[in-house]
Amino acid sequence: MVNTIALAQTVLAVVEEDGAVVEAVELASGGFFAQWAGIMLLSPFVAFIAIILVGKRMKYNGAELAVGAMALNLVWSSVLFVSNMIDGIFYEVGFVVADVGQFMGRPLVFELGFVVDGLSIMMYWVVAFVSTMVFIYAVSYMQGDVRVPWFFASLSLFAGAMLVLVGAPNLIQLIIGWEGVGLASYLLIGHYWEQKENSSAAIKAFLVNKVADVGLIIGAIMIGRTLGDFRFSSIAKAAIAQDEALAGIAVAAGLLLFFGAMGKSAQFPLHVWLPDAMAGPTPVSALMHAATMVTAGIYLMGRLFPLYQNLAQDAREWMVPIAAITLFAMGLLALVTDDIKKVLAYSTVSQLGYMMVAIAVGGYTAALFHLFTHAFFKALLFLGAGSVIHSVHSNNMSDMGGLRKYMPTTYRTFVIGALSLAGIIPLAGFWSKDEILGVMGVEGYTSFMWLAIAGAFITALYMTRTVALTFHGTYKGEGVPHESPRLMTIPLVVLAVPATIAGLFNIPGVSWGSIGNFTSWIGARIVPMGDYHPSSINWGLATAGVAAAALGIALGWSLFGRDARTQQLRDTFEIPFLYPLLRNKYYIDDLYMRGLVNPIKGTVAKGIDFVNGSVIDGIVNGAAFLMGAFGRFVYQGFDQRGIDLAINATAGGTSRLGGALRFLQTGKVQHYAGAFVVGAVVLVVGFVIFT
Amino acid sequence: MSWFDNGWGLSLVVFLPALGAMVLLGIPKAQETAQKWTAMLFTGVAMVMSIIIAATFEYGSAEQFQFGTKLSWIPAIGSNYNVGVDGISLPLLVLSTVITVLAIIYSWNNWEEPHNPKAFLALMLILATGMNGTFVALDLVLFFIFFELVLLPMYFMIGIWGDKSERTLPVFNKVVENRLYASLKFFLFTLFGSAFMLLGFLGLYFRSGEVGAPSNTFDIPTLIALGSENAFGSGTFAFLVFGAMFLGFAVKVPMWPFHTWLPDAHTAAPTVGSVLLAAIMLKLGSYAFIRISIPILPDMAKQWAPAIGILAVIGIIYGSLACLAQTDIKRLIAFSSVGHMGFVMLGIATMTDIGINAAIIGMVAHGIITGLLFFLAGSMSHRYHTREIARLGGNQKLMPWLGGVLAFTAMASLGLPGLAGFWGEFMALLASFSPLDGLDLTLFRTLMVLGAIGTVLTAGYMLWLLQRVNLGEPKPEWDGREFHDIDMFEWMAWAPLIIATVAIGVFPNIVFGATRDAVVNLVQNAFGG
Amino acid sequence: MIVSQFLVLASLLFSLGVYGLLVRRNAVTVLLAVELMLAGVNLNFIAFESVIRDSLASGQVFTIFVLTIAAAEVGIGLGIVLLIFRNRATGNVDELDLMKW
Repeated sequence: MVNTIALAQTVLAVVEEDGAVVEAVELASGGFFAQWAGIMLLSPFVAFIAIILVGKRMKYNGAELAVGAMALNLVWSSVLFVSNMIDGIFYEVGFVVADVGQFMGRPLVFELGFVVDGLSIMMYWVVAFVSTMVFIYAVSYMQGDVRVPWFFASLSLFAGAMLVLVGAPNLIQLIIGWEGVGLASYLLIGHYWEQKENSSAAIKAFLVNKVADVGLIIGAIMIGRTLGDFRFSSIAKAAIAQDEALAGIAVAAGLLLFFGAMGKSAQFPLHVWLPDAMAGPTPVSALMHAATMVTAGIYLMGRLFPLYQNLAQDAREWMVPIAAITLFAMGLLALVTDDIKKVLAYSTVSQLGYMMVAIAVGGYTAALFHLFTHAFFKALLFLGAGSVIHSVHSNNMSDMGGLRKYMPTTYRTFVIGALSLAGIIPLAGFWSKDEILGVMGVEGYTSFMWLAIAGAFITALYMTRTVALTFHGTYKGEGVPHESPRLMTIPLVVLAVPATIAGLFNIPGVSWGSIGNFTSWIGARIVPMGDYHPSSINWGLATAGVAAAALGIALGWSLFGRDARTQQLRDTFEIPFLYPLLRNKYYIDDLYMRGLVNPIKGTVAKGIDFVNGSVIDGIVNGAAFLMGAFGRFVYQGFDQRGIDLAINATAGGTSRLGGALRFLQTGKVQHYAGAFVVGAVVLVVGFVIFT
Repeated sequence: MSWFDNGWGLSLVVFLPALGAMVLLGIPKAQETAQKWTAMLFTGVAMVMSIIIAATFEYGSAEQFQFGTKLSWIPAIGSNYNVGVDGISLPLLVLSTVITVLAIIYSWNNWEEPHNPKAFLALMLILATGMNGTFVALDLVLFFIFFELVLLPMYFMIGIWGDKSERTLPVFNKVVENRLYASLKFFLFTLFGSAFMLLGFLGLYFRSGEVGAPSNTFDIPTLIALGSENAFGSGTFAFLVFGAMFLGFAVKVPMWPFHTWLPDAHTAAPTVGSVLLAAIMLKLGSYAFIRISIPILPDMAKQWAPAIGILAVIGIIYGSLACLAQTDIKRLIAFSSVGHMGFVMLGIATMTDIGINAAIIGMVAHGIITGLLFFLAGSMSHRYHTREIARLGGNQKLMPWLGGVLAFTAMASLGLPGLAGFWGEFMALLASFSPLDGLDLTLFRTLMVLGAIGTVLTAGYMLWLLQRVNLGEPKPEWDGREFHDIDMFEWMAWAPLIIATVAIGVFPNIVFGATRDAVVNLVQNAFGG
Repeated sequence: MIVSQFLVLASLLFSLGVYGLLVRRNAVTVLLAVELMLAGVNLNFIAFESVIRDSLASGQVFTIFVLTIAAAEVGIGLGIVLLIFRNRATGNVDELDLMKW
């Protein structure tokens, strides 16, 4: 019952020049580490169960197990990562868990398994790396908090579900991992469920994702029912081969799957859950934003890229504007938010917009490269923010300020992350953002490209604001802040390294000898991607991007950087119309709550209940009542006055007759005996006479 | 063990509980331990035997009836004692025997007023015979008898041990106890359907001789064989027969708009009664669709399919919305059953092998998960002495394990992938994307989308329930109260269900392994190709 | 074999019994009269049996039945009479009209 596709022969991965396939790369099956990658994927689930069972009794409340499982993942995926650099790997295995009938002349099966190729290896490694850092950080961050074992169990579940998602060889397993991630995020966002806001935020996250999942599930069904197979490799091959049946539904299915991705990757207008999701502890936010949740949508788009590139190009007309709105409009929201985690959350939404726009215009590598670099600096920023929050016991930047003196390590690493995010050369963020801009230009989305450059300006502006309000000026909170313990600062420092240098792996036109570059790593797939990858740096665009970022930093610094007074003043600086619009998050949340959720929960549900209780049950009870009334008529009119009359008459007659005859009953035995004898005599006489 | 394979095994599974009920009557009322062990023994042996049947079942020929026997019973009307299991009934039979045992374990020290375990257990055992019998009966008369047999014990369970609070009846303007209203409504409503069902059976009987059977027959395999040649045709007669049977089965499922007995019965029933009602009795109707309606009257099934599909999806959306308005935890779960059975019926309405497989796994999953939910609701109302959602809160804090199991079950119920509930919902949608050839594609794809939206609503009310019951701080009225978390008997009753939920969720072939060939065969015989 | 002699004897016995049954006032005597009637019947059975020689010996079988039932009847009857006598201090059947309308 095992299906293995191990490709040792030459298959097609590509390095191309303006979209043309020029070179095929040999893919290896990857040896032990690829073939037993299932162990790596399952280890977090083992940790999850083990922590629930014995976590309470352990010294660090089971964090050892969670970190251990992630460390195993990190080592394992690092081995895979390196082998993939040297030899492209493709290995896929699936266990049939359900065969449910016939379709198109062959059995329709659901499989669970894993796929090891360039894309999934990159994701494994990012998930494992970021998770390991976050878990270690959380050991210290969560010390003395409530339900620590459960927290680490949920973290393990979170990472494990993401690995299942990433490793999925088919859409079914992807859905399982997808909703598993949703479940874990629900558990973690609602970690402090004693307060209603937090559990509401958790529900919001789950439900918004569930709405999007409708798209994912229907899209998966459309593809699966058209191909008779849910495997990504089959979908990709059919897409490359321009399969006619698939072509017929590709745009619709593509849009539906994109809708699913919009939920997980928080694209406008399904982004509403992400800022609220900050209700969870900060390590959760870091994990969610960098590795284990919001990247899932981008990953799905990347996994199905052949579909979008070859058959569903028309879906771009919707995808590009949505992603572009996301990247620009959500960045603006970060400008007016006081909560440091929400600033970062909006920043994530905006960056996800970049990734999505990239993949929508056809930049597979560009999108995943930005995902790769973003994971590092966003994890770094969140953990830095967590460090600050841990120290000042508030999420609000209005309670912070001047922290650079108290928390030097946090400050330095945070600034590195911020600069990287802003896209300052030569930090990681610059290279990936530049590649996105390049792809947009080449594919002919020039106006959206300028929007993205404007987005870079906004990004730099709000990050400068954040750094200035948090670390510069004077301290406005209570107590004396202190630098966080080593267990928290070490992950910051470690994360700062890739946040600085990760971009170097994919400098256009540069290949690092035999290990190639990022493009070739994630190009190790069994089908060519056919996306654009620039052959050299486009200095014009790079200058524009950096200039926009520099302008943003300069403006931000001039507005917020100087001292406490201007900070205060500028922060509440109110532009008419625009400011209330942004403060109210474009009223989208209100629209959903008042326009959709509350009516359904209230009016519609009550209406249905009324229909149920009064109309349908009214019919039932009314029928019963009518039957009762009819019964009474039958009883009183017909039964009592008709049949019963006859019965009673019979009974009455009998009674009277008995009254007359009763005098024969003397009670004396001998009278009876006499009558008896007389009767006998009469009988005998009659017998004699008549015979 | 030829005696076991030749019908004795199956007959024992069916009749051991009834035998146990008779033995129970002989045990003095005061000896409760002996009563419990007797009930345990008889249902336990029946369960073990059903598991042996499942273990020795010939999965390679799952489409054939196995372990069966056919004895002459009422020769005058050509009715036989004919039993047997195939891949479709096997999972349900095992589910039924297992849930019965778990129900007895759960009620071990947990009797509702007015106590009297002897009578309660005896009723439960009779119920078990009825339920097991329905799943193995291969003769319409026998089927009808078992189908109706379950009414009586459940009527008494609800009427005697049920909820004693009062309500004002609309229309009648009378105040009655909930249990009396619910039990009567349950009985009459179901009987109303059954009357039509019997008419349908009689219609089949009197027509069967004319269309090819050697004589008029109630024999299900013979009728199925006739059905595969479409012997009953597609005229008015067949239409009416299908309609009559539809009414009977739809009430039992229950499909919208025949569902209103369900919330009342569930809410009023004692915990174990709700569990058995939800876990198994609701399956009798949908099982009958698969076993009787579709294979015997395939053409009619196809004609009726759009109507069934539409009613099913109305049930999904309607049930979910109604859940959002509920204030009583048991009533909420009851309405959720309407939604979940909607998915089962949607699967059946597609008339494809995938859809019917979806229906069966949906039935099994719903039995396990909703059974567990009712156990939990019962345990909670036992501890809090209220089912009012508004008065609960912070349950997770007061009873962490109970809260945890409730959260798990709610997640399973909302169809989280990786747990049992997912497959039924997902595959029903999968099947309705491309239903049987000749059914209206646009309609069924619309139904698919609406059903998928239903999953969102399901998630909504389940999460909202969790938020109101489990999360937050406990209400002040529970201050200083000691709550004991899950006890040993509860663990023993629930653990198998939890394990089954995960096992079927991860490896659904546990169910499909039995059903697949049988369902494929059924669909091929009924609709060809 | 002449049956008629037996028949005459039997009918005498029976008539004696009938007379006693109708005329005597003492309950015990009434019961004795019933026994006389039964004796007459038995005699009839035996007499006819000896003539007909039925292969199933019905006459004798019936006689045995009658004897058994007579014994039981007397047993119960005397018991009732005894109880009545205890309660009412009389054995006169004329005074025993409890069952009167």
